[in-house]
Amino acid sequence: MLKILKSGFYTTVQDKGRFGFRDKGVPVAGAMDNIALERANRLLENEDEAAVLEITMTGPTIVFEESTYIVLSGATMSATLNNKPVLNYKIYKIESGDILSYGRLEHGIRSYLAIKYGFETNVVLNSRSFSKAITKIVCLKNNYEVPYTSCESFDPKISELKVDDYYNEEVLGVAKGPEFEMLTDKQLEKVFGSDFTVSKDNNRMAYQLNEKIDGHNKSMLTSATLPGTVQFTPNGKLIILMKDGQTTGGYPRILQLTDKAISILAQKRAGENVSFKLL
Amino acid sequence: MPYPISIRPFGIHAVLVEWPNEVEEGILNDILHFKHYLVNECLPKGQWELVPAYNSLTLIQLSETIDFKKFSNKLNTWYNDIKELNIRVQRYLCKLPVCYDLDFGIDLNEVSEKLGLSVDEIIKQHTEHIYRVYGIGFLPGFMYLGGLPKSLEIPRRAEPRLNVVAGAVGLASKQTGVYPQDSPGGWNIIGNCAVPIFSPKREVPCLVNVGDQVQFHAISRAEHDLHVIEGQVGIYKIEKTPINA
Repeated sequence: MLKILKSGFYTTVQDKGRFGFRDKGVPVAGAMDNIALERANRLLENEDEAAVLEITMTGPTIVFEESTYIVLSGATMSATLNNKPVLNYKIYKIESGDILSYGRLEHGIRSYLAIKYGFETNVVLNSRSFSKAITKIVCLKNNYEVPYTSCESFDPKISELKVDDYYNEEVLGVAKGPEFEMLTDKQLEKVFGSDFTVSKDNNRMAYQLNEKIDGHNKSMLTSATLPGTVQFTPNGKLIILMKDGQTTGGYPRILQLTDKAISILAQKRAGENVSFKLL
Repeated sequence: MPYPISIRPFGIHAVLVEWPNEVEEGILNDILHFKHYLVNECLPKGQWELVPAYNSLTLIQLSETIDFKKFSNKLNTWYNDIKELNIRVQRYLCKLPVCYDLDFGIDLNEVSEKLGLSVDEIIKQHTEHIYRVYGIGFLPGFMYLGGLPKSLEIPRRAEPRLNVVAGAVGLASKQTGVYPQDSPGGWNIIGNCAVPIFSPKREVPCLVNVGDQVQFHAISRAEHDLHVIEGQVGIYKIEKTPINA
């Protein structure tokens, strides 16, 4: 087990996501920044499905009860292990009683804590990812315990990864969405020719953008949406659905973010710039 | 059948197949036949999710990039195949108990006034019609139901409520439905259904599938309270009967 001594802002268990229930309205969930999840799990030579902690904005203080190995990835939050600084994408050996804590947010907004073999909270509908109305627990609070299988020794192939820091990127690669063709030249110019800023309305469900484009009066029948779908409301607002986003919607879907763009956006906070580039 | 369909890419992991832009039983049946054929005969198991809704079917590949040109050709061929096949998809009629007590039907009086129908008449009409599930989305287990009589059409509330309780049965323009969990909402609330349509604890988490039929029946407050207790211990009975397609 690890124990949350002091919960941060919003910490959840996430894996790659919950597949197979979208036709019943169940969001995919899963790590917002899938690149960070995958890299951390690969370093630990975990299964692809191994669950991690997703730590948003301010991190918790955690005590480990059994020995294991961990990797931090994603956003950097001045993490320390027993008061010594911890680097991202590097394997650390953990002994019983070790304390991991987080400090000031440096880059990005979502940090990941991966552990050898993955966290072992209950699998509900094929996934361990926390999700409202699906899993009993929606986020980790003080004194919550998260189970894991201890590991005494592990001889990794690679102990550290030098990675491209994609969190500073502002360009979101997109494909045309199903209703792309409805956009007028003027709307297209605005979508691709200007910078947008992330609204304070941003969370695991959706990221709204502050700047509006000219609106529309197209109505359509409710149809499927995906993580990374850019919805275009009648009053010209752009809403980018993320991992906990609804599985269907009635707004035109003008763009579809690439997987990498979803990871880039998942690390943005309110006020930060993004722009769209058609691939 | 057959309808003209359009096939479009939806990012690199999904393809959207669209039927004519109508809410129509024939279209929905055609979509469900196609889905049934794709799932059972065409697509490799466990690698795709298919989401039907109204006039569309979205096919989502779980990991790989779709070669759109190749795949859309295949889809067209498969769609043509179903003309020759006599596909039957088993559907069900699900009967849902609703308590229309004013404690739950918090907007019943207002709806009655606006529609010029007595509360009893609203309940009679709401329960005598059979609805079709055209889609499930928005929240886990939230059904988009078609078939509301014109006489019960009423606009959404001007101000959405910050919280509508789980089980709330509502009316909004051409739609009626049940809120599967507490959530914000702007529908006019006329009753409450104590049987959870979606529960992750059940072996089959969702009571209904797209294409099924739903009918409400009025129950007393006492029966409702009993269903609530049954729900808490997980022993409620679900009235679900097969219907001929």
